[in-house]
Amino acid sequence: MTATERPVQADRPGEVLRFRFDGRDYEGRSGDTLAAALLASGVRRVATSVKLGRPRGIFSAGVEEPNALVQVETPFPEPMLPATTVELYDGLVATGLPGKGRLADRPDPARYDSVHAHCDVLVVGAGPAGLMAAAEAARGGARVILADERPEPGGSLLGTAETVDGLPGRRWAAERAAELGGFDDVRVLCRTTVFGHYDDNYVVAVERRTNHLGAAAPATMARERIWRIRARRVVLATGAHERFPAFAGNDLPGVMLAGAARAYVNQYGVRPGRRAVVFTTNDSAYPAALDLAGAGIEIAAIVDVRRAPGEEWARRCAERDIEVRTGHVVRAAVGDGEVAAVSIASEAGGQAREVPADLLLVSGGWTPVVHLFSQAGGALRFDEEIGAFVPGEIRQAVEAAGSARGVPTLSGCLRDGAEAGRRALAAAGFAVPDPAPPPAVEHEPEAAPARHLWLVPPADGADHREHFVDLQRDVTVADVLRATGAGLRSVEHVKRYTTAGTAHDQGRTSGLLTSAITAHALGVDVADLGVTTFRAPYAPVSFAALAGRDRGSLHDPVRVTAMHDRHVDSGALFENVGQWKRPWYYPREGEDMAAAVLRECRAAREDVAMMDASTLGKIDVIGPDAAEFLDRLYTNMMSTLAVGSIRYGVMCRPDGMVFDDGTVIRLADDRFLVTTTTGNAAAVLDWMEEWLQTEWPSLRVHCTSVTEQWATVALVGPRSREVLAGLAPGLAVGNPSFPFMTWRDTEVAGIPARVCRISFSGELAYEINVRSWYGLALWEAVEAAGVTPYGTETMHVLRAEKGYPIIGQDTDGTVTPQDLGMAWVVSKKKPDFIGKRSFGRADTARPDRKQLVGLLPEDTGRLLPEGVHLVEPGGTRPLGHVTSSYRSAALGRTFALALISGGRERIGARLHAAMGAETVPVTVAHHVLYDPEGARRDG
Amino acid sequence: MAERRSPLAGFAARFEAAGAGGRLRLAELPFLTQINVRVDPEGRAAGRIGRALGVPLPVEPGGAVRSGDLTVLWLGPDEWLVVGPDEGEDEGDARGPGLRDRLAETAAGTADDHVSVVDVSAQRTTLVVAGARSRDLLAHGCALDLHPRVFGPGRCAQTLLARAQVVLVAREADEFWVLCRASFAGYTAEWLLDAATEYVT
Amino acid sequence: MLLIPCPWCGPRDEIEFHYGGQAHVAYPDDPAALSDEEWARYLFFRDNPKGPFAERWSHSAGCRRWFNVVRDTATNEIHAVYRIGEPRPVIA
Repeated sequence: MTATERPVQADRPGEVLRFRFDGRDYEGRSGDTLAAALLASGVRRVATSVKLGRPRGIFSAGVEEPNALVQVETPFPEPMLPATTVELYDGLVATGLPGKGRLADRPDPARYDSVHAHCDVLVVGAGPAGLMAAAEAARGGARVILADERPEPGGSLLGTAETVDGLPGRRWAAERAAELGGFDDVRVLCRTTVFGHYDDNYVVAVERRTNHLGAAAPATMARERIWRIRARRVVLATGAHERFPAFAGNDLPGVMLAGAARAYVNQYGVRPGRRAVVFTTNDSAYPAALDLAGAGIEIAAIVDVRRAPGEEWARRCAERDIEVRTGHVVRAAVGDGEVAAVSIASEAGGQAREVPADLLLVSGGWTPVVHLFSQAGGALRFDEEIGAFVPGEIRQAVEAAGSARGVPTLSGCLRDGAEAGRRALAAAGFAVPDPAPPPAVEHEPEAAPARHLWLVPPADGADHREHFVDLQRDVTVADVLRATGAGLRSVEHVKRYTTAGTAHDQGRTSGLLTSAITAHALGVDVADLGVTTFRAPYAPVSFAALAGRDRGSLHDPVRVTAMHDRHVDSGALFENVGQWKRPWYYPREGEDMAAAVLRECRAAREDVAMMDASTLGKIDVIGPDAAEFLDRLYTNMMSTLAVGSIRYGVMCRPDGMVFDDGTVIRLADDRFLVTTTTGNAAAVLDWMEEWLQTEWPSLRVHCTSVTEQWATVALVGPRSREVLAGLAPGLAVGNPSFPFMTWRDTEVAGIPARVCRISFSGELAYEINVRSWYGLALWEAVEAAGVTPYGTETMHVLRAEKGYPIIGQDTDGTVTPQDLGMAWVVSKKKPDFIGKRSFGRADTARPDRKQLVGLLPEDTGRLLPEGVHLVEPGGTRPLGHVTSSYRSAALGRTFALALISGGRERIGARLHAAMGAETVPVTVAHHVLYDPEGARRDG
Repeated sequence: MAERRSPLAGFAARFEAAGAGGRLRLAELPFLTQINVRVDPEGRAAGRIGRALGVPLPVEPGGAVRSGDLTVLWLGPDEWLVVGPDEGEDEGDARGPGLRDRLAETAAGTADDHVSVVDVSAQRTTLVVAGARSRDLLAHGCALDLHPRVFGPGRCAQTLLARAQVVLVAREADEFWVLCRASFAGYTAEWLLDAATEYVT
Repeated sequence: MLLIPCPWCGPRDEIEFHYGGQAHVAYPDDPAALSDEEWARYLFFRDNPKGPFAERWSHSAGCRRWFNVVRDTATNEIHAVYRIGEPRPVIA
């Protein structure tokens, strides 16, 4: 029988929805999943398997689906979706997958977001137990979140058609959820999969908000939303998944979990076949068989491995004339590409009988969904009665309820959920109201014990290569036996050897079976062997959802200065420095980067230029002990600094390695303003607070960040004094009255300003600081005086020509001030400062330490790449690497800075830069290459 | 005198548009005076500062108290942010000395206590996030529990909004201030506007 | 995402904090008096227990206070939080 011959069930109620699957048009009904609509349309082969290419059908009715993987093609391609979870909408286009999806080749236009939420009680799962738990917690006044992965509440009630309080289960659930929605502090989230459970009840879920709307999805609405929930208590009412035994051909389309078939009949009005054999190890398949029979599906036989089912089930089957073959097993599902017959035999052996059927329902028992419990740190224990692992001890405020902890009956789940809700309420500190009477359920037949059957051995002489364990990964019993045969003893190793359980269904239907088959092969008890670790995510989550709003321009904060808009207008290109956008260079018409930077450098060296220096970190250090504090932090002496003066300083870590550098401005006896490198502003403030709070609490010092209080324009070049004089008529700019390394308060362009005479370029230079809301006005006023703006690239060239290191570029946490040629900045007088003791260690005195030197390529036009290694001519031992490399207008050539082993001893020597097969000869030079006397700066 | 420009001067029209549905109100309150005060809360200087402000410095973590047009925010066990109205373009104008000078003067009188008073008015700008959906909007990027019983008027917190550090202040039932660093203001505004998309219409 | 109880601000997400390594490693009173080995021990040697561990954290995105935490490194359970200068509580 092929798909085209199968009857289409066109008589179902509901709104007709058109969809396309594998290029053919079909109709489904509102409320269908894609799987239900395909079954109703007679489509049985939905996908092919990943490794063996075998045809696969629809195996389940939910998130546990291992077989029916599809790709939704519109409105945006989304791969690897179980057809059992895709809600049908009009216009859906989907394709069956060969176990692998296809990524989209264009950006996803949908919006994604996330939200933080807090509650007293989080209930995961809106089945009978979860609804009762949430209702009890809500009744007691708790803030409750109830999350369920399906489109509507009800859980197992949706598929079983059982009644509660005389209402169809689905309606009962809807009414309970509606009641919950009436509480101010209760949130019911459907289509929301809780996929991760972390420390301190941090629980993460994904809500699918518009997927089911197709083209009608509002563009303004986030398609998926990540919920980041902090819950004081969590009740995991996550239910159970049906499992199956391994037998030959158990992957054929037409083999289906018994509970799933029951759901297709009851929830969707879909008959998944016409003639069914039911293979079970427990009583739960009996109501499924009876529901299918009631829907007009012929039940050819119930094959029960046990001696007898529950008496009442046996009687009900007899009333309906359904044959029950106890002590029998299904040896094989038989058919060419889908089930056509079922081979049945006595478990004891003997001749098999083939029964024609197009549907084989299987039930190997129910496995509690313990993924989240396990992720939360809970221990699992094996429950012999249900033959599965159930929640055990847990440290976090979490408990499982209902079938998630192995409760087998509806009445039991309702009661268990209510009790869990009440316990959560009490534990969260609420008064627990008197219990409500439990909801009434139908008569529940007494259950006969289940039998735990994992494997139906093959017929004599056959192998296990069609006994599937993990359907999604195409792992068979033969593969597991090969693993144990290779000596593997741990189920974790078997998982990695066979790939069982590594597919995106997370081994929901196969994990326990893999353990059981492994245990069987090893001759150990599955209870002792255990199962593999459960890891988040419980179900696949798209990266787009996880990224949420953190993408594109919002991926990371973009920090800008007060002058940013003006830089943009000037056509600056920007460089990322940490999160800051800093102007890199300002190309003029027809200029490339090299030309622009050479022009900017010439302006600074020969005329007058300006740079936005606002990004430097700035910290007010205030208090009677501020000078003492800075003496301890910096390698050099700060307490001797006069009010009105400025000093350059270096900070080291206790290990003596350079941590940061900057200037210290003394504003008053007890008041300093410290600058830090752009990237280290927060780290330096943290560093200061750390020492003050943890080591020197007796020092009377406070530190306050003022980085963005001030906007700073560096005014640089031989004409800078003249320009400053024009802008600040009240300021005595002459060298004697305003010498190098001093500061003055004044007005610049009519703006209150603090002008510091400092230089990071080696030129006569000033830094003009104004409150940042005046930054733009200051910039425009200075620029209007005919000053050339320059960016960070020019700043780098200028400072490198002077041998000024950039912390983090020319240093890497292994460099001392002495290595940088700055022994002068390390005080000999102070009894101690951070790092001092380490300068006495043998390691920091090694003559072969890497030291900062200049490099001059012999080919004066050759620019060395930063990072390139240096060797002796003819040698191979790396001596160090280039840390900075530029073209210099002032030197008329290229040059570099490098950290070279014993570098200062090598000045004048020739080294080779090793650039792949090529070596570039360079001469080692002093690291200060321009104006070593500092005459330009100080004049 | 040159013109001041606030970090979010360019956002006014977009903030206005985000309020179209009546469920949100976004606006910048530019140039508020902000003074960072650090002092031992048990010392005499703290008492003098409290008297000068008209309200004691709140010692309960996360407390935000108001006195006339001043708001005093707890930032740490020895740190407060005093927020007042824009004092104009000059530090001290016809209305007398500015808030910073008044606080500094008060603090200076107590020789045995060490006080720091730092003008940080231009360090941060202030965003108003108000309206029926203001909590929902903030919850997209703020991990704090913003439930009215937990974070109602009179509460403030230094925390993260999206990826930026902010001071969050609950002003009225449905009105918050978000004080953000000037360099992060554009990011924060863009982020809020994007997160507000669903609540605009 | 741990929920770390700042002694001042109360419980906040881990992302607001900065980790500061082992607690109670005091800066030596007189580093100059230490041998190289003793100094190296201060600089480079830290405990790495499986179980309760006293460590420092700073509430860097909040009140910027440093404080101490006894955290079980195997379970992430926080046994105690205490302010700098207070003795390490005895964990049963």
